[in-house]
Amino acid sequence: MSSAYMIDARGIQKKFGAVTAAADVQIAIAHGQRVSLIGSNGAGKTTFVNMLTGYIKPDAGEILLDGQSITGLAPRQIARLGVARSFQIPQLYKALSVQDNLLAAIAAQQSALSFWRPAKNADSMALAHDMLQRFDLLPHAERLVSELPGGVRKLLDIAMALTRQPKVLLLDEPTSGVSADEKFPMMDTVMRALDGSPTTVLFVEHDMDIVAQYSERVIAFYSGRIIADDKPEQALAMSDVKRYVTGELIAATDHA
Amino acid sequence: MTARESAPMRTLLFGLLCIGVLLLAGAAMPRWLTFLLTMALANGVVALGIMLLMRSGVVSFGQGLVFASGGYAAALGFRWLGWTDGLLLTLAGGLLAALIAAPFAWLIARYRGIFFAMLTLALSMVLYGLLIKSTAFGGSDGLNMGRVSYLGVRPADAWVGYTNYAVTVVIVGMISVLMRVYFDSVRGLVVLSARDNEIRVEYLGSSVQSLIATNFIIAAFCGGVGGALAVIALGHVEPDYSYWTRSGDFVFVAILAGHHSVLAAFVASVALELVRSFSSAYFPNSWQLAMGLFLLAVIRFLPNGIGSLWVARIRSSAAPADAAARGSA
Repeated sequence: MSSAYMIDARGIQKKFGAVTAAADVQIAIAHGQRVSLIGSNGAGKTTFVNMLTGYIKPDAGEILLDGQSITGLAPRQIARLGVARSFQIPQLYKALSVQDNLLAAIAAQQSALSFWRPAKNADSMALAHDMLQRFDLLPHAERLVSELPGGVRKLLDIAMALTRQPKVLLLDEPTSGVSADEKFPMMDTVMRALDGSPTTVLFVEHDMDIVAQYSERVIAFYSGRIIADDKPEQALAMSDVKRYVTGELIAATDHA
Repeated sequence: MTARESAPMRTLLFGLLCIGVLLLAGAAMPRWLTFLLTMALANGVVALGIMLLMRSGVVSFGQGLVFASGGYAAALGFRWLGWTDGLLLTLAGGLLAALIAAPFAWLIARYRGIFFAMLTLALSMVLYGLLIKSTAFGGSDGLNMGRVSYLGVRPADAWVGYTNYAVTVVIVGMISVLMRVYFDSVRGLVVLSARDNEIRVEYLGSSVQSLIATNFIIAAFCGGVGGALAVIALGHVEPDYSYWTRSGDFVFVAILAGHHSVLAAFVASVALELVRSFSSAYFPNSWQLAMGLFLLAVIRFLPNGIGSLWVARIRSSAAPADAAARGSA
């Protein structure tokens, strides 16, 4: 552990024309923390995630990953440094089986892509099997992705991000598109798969029950600023959060 | 698990078996058929290069560029440098084609779909223009080349056709084995997955541009080898090798074959040569119509190419062990 923080974002600024997506954002996240990012649409949480993965570059400020600056690097380079992500809409290989999706994910992360070594080598097969088991995907191993139900696709998407034990895992709305009664079992599976791993986890989430249950820290965004950064019970109880994120306060005054 | 590590060895054995069968069968064939198969194999290895590009999600409509480069390299090596060894000329053809493609590879690899196809087509037509204007390369008449030797041995008159055929079988067979090993490799799987979803590949840490650029150069090598083998068998090369209709033939074969099976590239290429030979003999004015209908039927009934006839699709019912075995066809 070379640095006190796994992620250390300092003075991040980002504007899209007149819209401020990040205004002097400061976030420091300790190793192994499970953090959720909340906020209404356009609040800046996705912008933050996109800057963390290198998809967009901040106008000003610096992002350190485990003490090393990753500001301005390409997504591929940042991925190589240990930042993995899953996607709101699962990004899978539709023509391949579930097992081959995992093997392809394992293959794509190797340092030199061998022309000779079979993709189905013993090490990769064992790792793929382990991931299938941890994510309850074994019954689906030989099925084509195009045949899978939405919840299973979400799990596979996350499993692919986790194949190489990343330092940081970003989950972009892990429960969106998953039916209400499947959400908690799905998150249980993900959290069980992460049990005992040192991976730092950030997830963007709109479901406050999921946020309260699975994160140890909540960071709330509004208009490019952080309006709350605390334990879930405290953060979700703040009036700003109720007004700008969960909408409870507006609803309450409307009814009054 | 150890059985899977030995997959390249199984591919090699299957390849050697095919080469052996073709060598034996060739000895019993009439001369016109060994020549037809020599040309089909030479064209097939060019189409194999397109198949590799198809697996990365792009199609080159300008493989005439590398086919002609290989052909002219062989003819010029023979005439200007006095190289008479067929193996050396074939290698020179492949290397020169790869060398010509290399400076464009990283630029072209930034494009997809029709833009990739049109850029490669444009390059091949530029070469066509250069060849047809240049007196040094024989202009529109092209160049003739004499009979080659192999490893210092000049085949006797009666055996020239068979020797060219046998050498083509062995060279193309070896390239095919290597290609199958590549398809099944770590890199091969990343290539195939990039065809499905480039974003995911990038976020897992691999560069799709670099994968496609590398494959473009490998496909160029295959095309150059095919061109050199064809010119050695024909004894003649002309600018038409780089013309767009020639490139169209290779795309035709690749689409017919699909991207699943290496063997399919050669089955498709032989089919094209057979249909072309027989229909141009029996109904010379409408043979393109026959080809068109044939391609339409394949696209309608076998959208994944004729390779999908024997490479079983992944099914939930298939046992995991079968998945590994399927790859070797």
